[in-house]
Amino acid sequence: MRALTRGVLGVVGFLLVWELFGRSGLVSAEYLPPPSVVLGELGKLLGDQLFLRDVLATVLALLITVGVSVGIAVPLGLILGSVPAVRYATRAVVEFLRPIPSVAMIPLAIVFLGIGPETKIVLAVYAAIWPILFNTIYALDELDPLLVETAKVFGTGRVRVLFSVALPSALPFVLTGIRLAATTSLVVLVSVELLAGGSGGLGQFIMLARSGAGRMDLVLAGTVVAGVIGYLVNEGLERAQRRWVGWNAATGGRA
Amino acid sequence: MTAMLDVAGLGHTYQAKDGAHRAIDGLTFTVGAGELVCVVGPSGCGKSTLLRTICGLVKPTEGGISLHGNKIDGVPEDLAVVFQDYSRSLFPWLSVQRNVEFPLRRSLGRKQRRARAAEALELVGLAKAVGKYPWQLSGGMQQRVSIARALAYQPALLLMDEPFASVDAQTRFELEDLLLKVKREQNTTVLVVTHDIDESVYLGDRVLVLSNSPASVVADLRVDLPGVRDQITTRESDAFVTLRGEVARLLNVGRPTAQRKVAAEAAVAAKWAEAERAALREAHAEDHATN
Repeated sequence: MRALTRGVLGVVGFLLVWELFGRSGLVSAEYLPPPSVVLGELGKLLGDQLFLRDVLATVLALLITVGVSVGIAVPLGLILGSVPAVRYATRAVVEFLRPIPSVAMIPLAIVFLGIGPETKIVLAVYAAIWPILFNTIYALDELDPLLVETAKVFGTGRVRVLFSVALPSALPFVLTGIRLAATTSLVVLVSVELLAGGSGGLGQFIMLARSGAGRMDLVLAGTVVAGVIGYLVNEGLERAQRRWVGWNAATGGRA
Repeated sequence: MTAMLDVAGLGHTYQAKDGAHRAIDGLTFTVGAGELVCVVGPSGCGKSTLLRTICGLVKPTEGGISLHGNKIDGVPEDLAVVFQDYSRSLFPWLSVQRNVEFPLRRSLGRKQRRARAAEALELVGLAKAVGKYPWQLSGGMQQRVSIARALAYQPALLLMDEPFASVDAQTRFELEDLLLKVKREQNTTVLVVTHDIDESVYLGDRVLVLSNSPASVVADLRVDLPGVRDQITTRESDAFVTLRGEVARLLNVGRPTAQRKVAAEAAVAAKWAEAERAALREAHAEDHATN
């Protein structure tokens, strides 16, 4: 409850500074409308079918991105983490691919995939797999050999050791990876929508609001919604983590 | 009495980059069905290597081990182990009940598993903790869960690696008596590896005394104490005092020259223990590689 109170106070403080700054005349209210205006616009937007459709497009793309990333990165991480030979063989390629910003590949992706939603999803997946992949690999490095030996001594085969010892033991790390990946995905999705357009979404809404009449109040309203989505996703996954892998915190993050 | 475990001419040499380390040398002994045998030896003498070869985790370079007549090659079917480090040996994401059921998942249906686990937990006095998680229990209770897990598996041989070395003295006495009770009631065959002389005499039907590294059997002593033992009166009895003295003398405990020798050897042993761990890590990595 106290944490919640502090959180609310923080938000109120932030809005207050923004409001005062917006009304101080230091910047034109046209460029930085105060929150009272932005939130008013936002209230109107929430009744707007087209706006809601854009929000839904982004949220759906986010869910698909996270799902696909988990489906690719977790199995890949299990392989790379448990077969050193494959890991060493792929290290150079992985270290080359990893730092490439997704946004830099927009032109390439448009050539191959067009400007439909699959473009932004593919680019977001590209950014999202790394944190999940690396967290899975590191988690397997941290796997306690005594747990594996215990399982083996009780006649557990190698495949089952992987699924009923290595995987659950890695879960806390993997969930952290997913949480980081979800936030990254949202950034990439909105960026691609904004830069490449075509497939709808929050980013495109922001771009259109800016380009036509230069409605900064709408731009900021869209930005606030993006922030709220990011916050909710992170909060939800954090809760899932506390609930599902509470044992990890309780054992000091050991296993 | 038929031999449940037959260790014959067992020797093992670890190969390391800077030479070879002989951990055990010509170990020969048997453990009869229903017997509790304690293996006691100086630290770093190769006790854990012996244990690992019996578990099938390490393949010995010489000699062989048979479990009720079957030569051990790989992890044997009906063997259970209780490790010293209970906190790292129980699965933290599984409840007590599920930890105990873990080794049974392959062989039994759900109902039978549940019944078997409940029975084993009852036996170690943890019937009420089934729904708890290991980290919610004290160290002694966690080790009870480990013991219950091993018993639920109904092994032909129960191996225990320094099982009570990480709990406080009071709990240690309780767990020792628990082990004796369980062994009497279930007629389990048990091999306990320990460095504690008193414990070896208190628990054992026999005490095997090992030499310094490379380990070989120095003495095989029969413990002539009644089956039902008591932490106070048994430890006061002449037979107990005589026997613990004998074991201590065999281990050269507390002699100044021996201490110097032990200190020097401990340094060497530590080095080899590191080599052993490296070998294990390698074996572990290879295991993964052959997946």
